[in-house]
Amino acid sequence: MVPLNWYLMLSAAVFSIGVFGFLTRRNIIIMFMSVELMLNAVNISLVAFSHYLQDLRGQVLVFFIVTVAAAEAAIGLAIIIALFRNKATAHVDDMNEMKG
Amino acid sequence: MNYYLLIPFLPLAAFLINILFGKSLLKENAHWVAILAVAGSWVISVATLIDVMGGKTLNQDLYTWVSSGGFKASVGFLIDPLTAVMLIVVTTCSTLIHIYSTGYMHGDNGYYRFFSYLSLFTFCMLMLVMANNFMQLYFGWEGVGLCSYFLIGYYFNKKSASDAGKKAFIVNRFGDFGFGIGIFVIFLTFGTIYYEPVFSQAGAFATKTVNFLGYDVHLMTLIALLLFCGSIGKSAQMPLHVWLPDAMEGPTPVSALIHAATMVTAGVFLVARCSPIFSLSETALMVVALTGAITSLFAATIGLVQNDLKRIIAYSTVSQLGYMFLACGVGAYTAGIFHLYTHAFFKALLFLCAGSVMHAMSGELDIQKMGGLKKHMPITYWTMLIASLSIAGVPGLAGFFSKDEILWMAYSGPSPVGKLVWLSGTLVAFLTAFYSFRLIFLTFHGKFRGTHEQEHHLHESPKSMTIPLMLLCVGAVASGWVGIPALIGENLGIHNYIAEFMKPVLGHPEGHGTHGEEMMVMLVSVAVGFAGIGLAYFMYMMRPDLPGKLATQFSGAYKVLFNKYYVDELYSAIIVRPTIWIARNILIGVTDARIIEAIVNGVPSAIGGFSRQLRKVQTGFLHHYALIMAAGVLIVMGLMLMRSW
Repeated sequence: MVPLNWYLMLSAAVFSIGVFGFLTRRNIIIMFMSVELMLNAVNISLVAFSHYLQDLRGQVLVFFIVTVAAAEAAIGLAIIIALFRNKATAHVDDMNEMKG
Repeated sequence: MNYYLLIPFLPLAAFLINILFGKSLLKENAHWVAILAVAGSWVISVATLIDVMGGKTLNQDLYTWVSSGGFKASVGFLIDPLTAVMLIVVTTCSTLIHIYSTGYMHGDNGYYRFFSYLSLFTFCMLMLVMANNFMQLYFGWEGVGLCSYFLIGYYFNKKSASDAGKKAFIVNRFGDFGFGIGIFVIFLTFGTIYYEPVFSQAGAFATKTVNFLGYDVHLMTLIALLLFCGSIGKSAQMPLHVWLPDAMEGPTPVSALIHAATMVTAGVFLVARCSPIFSLSETALMVVALTGAITSLFAATIGLVQNDLKRIIAYSTVSQLGYMFLACGVGAYTAGIFHLYTHAFFKALLFLCAGSVMHAMSGELDIQKMGGLKKHMPITYWTMLIASLSIAGVPGLAGFFSKDEILWMAYSGPSPVGKLVWLSGTLVAFLTAFYSFRLIFLTFHGKFRGTHEQEHHLHESPKSMTIPLMLLCVGAVASGWVGIPALIGENLGIHNYIAEFMKPVLGHPEGHGTHGEEMMVMLVSVAVGFAGIGLAYFMYMMRPDLPGKLATQFSGAYKVLFNKYYVDELYSAIIVRPTIWIARNILIGVTDARIIEAIVNGVPSAIGGFSRQLRKVQTGFLHHYALIMAAGVLIVMGLMLMRSW
C-alpha cells in the first residue's frame, strides 16, 4: 500500500507547479490551467486523506470541487474568449484597464 | 371649550390663510380675511369684558406644551380684569388700524404680506396678554418682537429700514436675556412658572436672600429687576430706548399699532402683571420709578427739537411709556395701566394722522417743509389736534385723567422717590404739551414751506383712513371717562370705575393727602399743559423767528438735543464697533479662517492624500495581485508553523 506521505508530497508538488505557473506565465490560458492544477492538487490530498481515514466525506467534497471547477472553467473560458475578441491578445500585461 | 379661546386663534387663522393663499388667490382682497378675524376678536373681547365685569374670571390650560420632570408649561389662558382691559386695547386698536391700512397700503406690492404680519402680530400680542404662565408670556413676547422686526423691515429693499429692523431685534435681545434669566430664577425659586402659584407664594419669600455674584441679594428684588430688564427692552426705556425712534422706518400703521399702542406697552403690562413680585421689593420699585422718570424726561427733551414728524411722536411714545413705568414704580399699577389704555388711543391716533399727512405729502416727513395743511386736510387736522390736546392733558380729555392720576399717586403715594418723580413728571407734562403743539403749529398752521409740486398734490385722505381717525378720536376724548378721580367724581356721583375694576388684580393704593393737595397737583398739571401749549403758540405762531435765534444762541444744548444726547454714537463707539472689530478680526480672521476652515478643509484633504497613495497598490497587473496573494498565503502559513513549534 502506498503510504499517505507520498500522496501528500505529490499533491504539494502539483500545487507548487500550479502556483509557480500562475506567477510566472503571462499567457492567460496557461495561468488558467495553473489554477486548475492547484484545484486538482487539492483534490488529490482530499482523496488521500479520505482513503486513509476511511471517511467518505472527503470524496464527497471532491465531487463538489470537480463540479465547481467545471463551471468555473466554462465561465473562465468564456471570459477569456470575450477578452481575446476585444484585445486580440492573451497576454495579461496588456490587460491593465483596472489600474487605480 | 370656551369661546374666549377664539380671541387669539381667529387672527392666527387669518395669518395662515393670508400667508398661504394671499399671494396667489387673495391678492388685493387680503385685508378682508384679516379685518374679519380681528373684528371677530374684538367682538369676543367686548363680550369677555362684560363677563369679567360680572365677576367671572378664567384660568384654564388648553394644551400641555412642555412636561419634563418637575417642569410643566402649557398653552393656557388667564382672563381677569387686567387681561380684559388689555384685550380691549389690543383688539380695538388693531381693528381700526387694520381698516386704516386698507387705505394707507393700497396698491403696495406686499399687500397680503403686510396683512398676514399684522394678523400674526395680533395673535402673538393676544397670546402675551392672555397667558397664564411665564412660558407662554415669553412666547408672545418674542412673537411680537419677531413681527415688529418683520414690519419695521417691511420695505426691505430700503437699507435704513432693514437696518432699523435688525437694530430693534438686537437691542431687544439685551433686555430679553435678563427676562429669560428672570423666568429661570422664578422656576428655581417656586418650582413652577404659573402665575397663580407664583404670585400666591411670593409673600413667603419676601425676606429671602440669595448669593448672586458674591453679594447677598434680596431674592424678590433680583427677580423683579431681571423681569424689568425685559420691560426696558420691549418698552424702549433708558438705556435700551434707541431702537424705537428708528423703528419708524416701518409703515405708519405699524408704528401706530406696534410701536405706540400695543407691543411697546407689553413691558408695562409685565410689570403690572407681576405686581405681587414687584410690590415685595422697594428697591425694584424705586428702580422702575426712576427709570421711568428719567426716560420720560430724557425723551421729551429730545422731542423738542426733532424735525421728523414720526420721530417726534416716537420720542413722545418713549416719554409716555416712561410715565407708565413711573406710575408702576410708585405702586400705582392701576394708574399705569389706565395711562396705557388712554395712551393707546391718542397715540395711535397721532400716528395715523401722521400717516395721513405723509400720504398727502408724498412721503415727506420733515415738518419744516410743511405748514398750512389745515385747509387741505381738515379731518386729519381736527383729529390730530384733539389727540394733541389729549396728550397735553387738557381737562376732560382722556390724557388728562390718566396723567393726573399718575401725578397724584406719585405725589401722595408711599414711595420714597414719589415727590421727585412727581416733579419730573410735571416737567415732562409741560414739555409734552410744548412739542405736541410745536408739531401741530408747524404742520398745519402758517404757510406751506414745501415745493409747489407738493402743494398742488395736497389732499385729504380717503374714507378708509379718515373713519378710523374719527373713531379713534372718540377714544382719545372719552376713554378717560372711566377713571374720573374721586375729587371730581364724588359730587357728580361718578366712581373711578377702572380703579375699582382693577382692584382685585392690582390693588389700589390710597393717596395720603388732602383734597387741597390733590387739587393743587391737578391744577399744576393743567397749568403746565396750557403753559406748554401757550409757549408753543408764542414761539411758532407769534414769533416764528424765535426758535432759530434760540437754536443759535444755545447751539451747544441744541446740538446735544438734536443729536439725541449722542446715545447712538456712544453705543456705536463702545458696543457696535468693538463687536464688529471682534467679529472681523477674531471670529472671521482667526476662528473661522484658521481653526474651523482648517478642520473642515484639512480632514478631506488628508483623506484624499492617503487614498492617492493607496490607489497605487491597484496596478491593474494580474500577476501583481497573484504575487501578493501568494505572499499572503506564505506569510499565514509561516505564522502557523511558528505557532506549532
